[in-house]
Amino acid sequence: MYDLNKILVGLAIFLLFFTFPILYGMGSAVPAPKPKLDTPEIQKLTDKKCVEDTHFMRTSHMQFLNYWRDKAVREDQRTYDSKLNGKKYDISLQNTCMKCHSNKKDFCDSCHTYASVKPYCWDCHIEPKAAKESM
Amino acid sequence: MGIQFSLGVVLAIAVAALVGAQVKGLQYVLGILLPYAAFATFLVGFVWRVLYWAKSPVPFRIPTTAGQEFSLPWIKQAKLDNPSTLPGVLGRMFFEVFLFRSLFRNTKAELRSGNLVYGPSKWLWLFALLFHWSFFVIAVRHFRLFMEPVPGFVQLFDHLDGILQVGAPPLYLTDVFFTLAILFLLGRRFLDAKVRSLSLPADYFPLFLLLGIAVTGILMRFFVRVDIVGIKSILVGLATFHPTLPDGIGAIFFVHVAFVSTLLAYFPFSKLMHFGGVFLSPTRNLANNNRMVRHVNPWNYPVKVHTYEAYENEFRDIMKDAGIPVEKE
Repeated sequence: MYDLNKILVGLAIFLLFFTFPILYGMGSAVPAPKPKLDTPEIQKLTDKKCVEDTHFMRTSHMQFLNYWRDKAVREDQRTYDSKLNGKKYDISLQNTCMKCHSNKKDFCDSCHTYASVKPYCWDCHIEPKAAKESM
Repeated sequence: MGIQFSLGVVLAIAVAALVGAQVKGLQYVLGILLPYAAFATFLVGFVWRVLYWAKSPVPFRIPTTAGQEFSLPWIKQAKLDNPSTLPGVLGRMFFEVFLFRSLFRNTKAELRSGNLVYGPSKWLWLFALLFHWSFFVIAVRHFRLFMEPVPGFVQLFDHLDGILQVGAPPLYLTDVFFTLAILFLLGRRFLDAKVRSLSLPADYFPLFLLLGIAVTGILMRFFVRVDIVGIKSILVGLATFHPTLPDGIGAIFFVHVAFVSTLLAYFPFSKLMHFGGVFLSPTRNLANNNRMVRHVNPWNYPVKVHTYEAYENEFRDIMKDAGIPVEKE
């Protein structure tokens, strides 16, 4: 082996970079978050359904919210026909979404923090009060 | 020939992963066993390959790098291109590793009205730089899916990459750069007859594979949405050795993982090892100090040396008798 010391330093840096997530976790399990769905408003519902089905909301709500924003702000269409049950909903983050999901901290933030996502909803919208007080 | 073969292999991997993703047992293989095996192959293979290279003797510094070497005081040395000191070598390595200086000096030969002319050619350098830096940012960004809590620097990369706030989820700049750069690197091999004639499956395959990784990643983010929280729980499970496999993960995720696993496992055995090799380039990492430091050829036999001092000690009397001047009386 030639210049082994220098090569070992290089390999150590390589290994540290690629195993960083493993060393960081130190092998302790981290359970995935479960967003809370037990707000008073949801408990009042007889048919506990969101505007679309759970899988769609879980995977695509950000695109859906973007679509709602475009509908409301750019096209001035304030009613949404749900494909799930044909019901009509008001297109409004604060008055429709947040009416049921009033627990921003335990609902929105639990997954967003976990996935390191920082949506800029609240740059314009007013944050729900409960969340604000706790911040 | 190489194109069809490489594309065929990449598509076969995609189809295999799509089929496997339909069966829970195979999901376990694709989502947990395959990444572990591929990652282990990558780490062990990479270290093995570098240590294998480290066994090659470096007998002599190669002084034929561009630029004036260290010489007489009134001749100006090219300190960065032909360094004779450690700081100079570190400077040259910095520009090589981070900015691809050798590639920047790439020239192009062309026939123009019957004359062979040489001119600068920076496109390859530009897209190579875009590609590698985007790849690095994308790799660091992906740490957010392996680590909980997510460290600040990963969040910063993520924030800066999506700083244009186009759409939701935000468009990543590196996704655009990475895909464009791969298309350029592929297009170069398709369209330039000179490059095509020396392209092999080993050149096409990594490019198609990386394109596959980019396309599946972009599809997952913007078009075929997947449950990101479920995916993070798989990846954190992998990183903490508590593997889990929640239900309802889209098949495209397994295609993405199969591609990345293939890349990792293929890495140590391919041209992609230039990642490690760039640090071991003798014309880049050795100071040109041949005239200042004695470099002994490492494979020399231990030569019995007879110094002049010993020679004179042995023959002093005879030399004196013959009238030959001696250093020591």
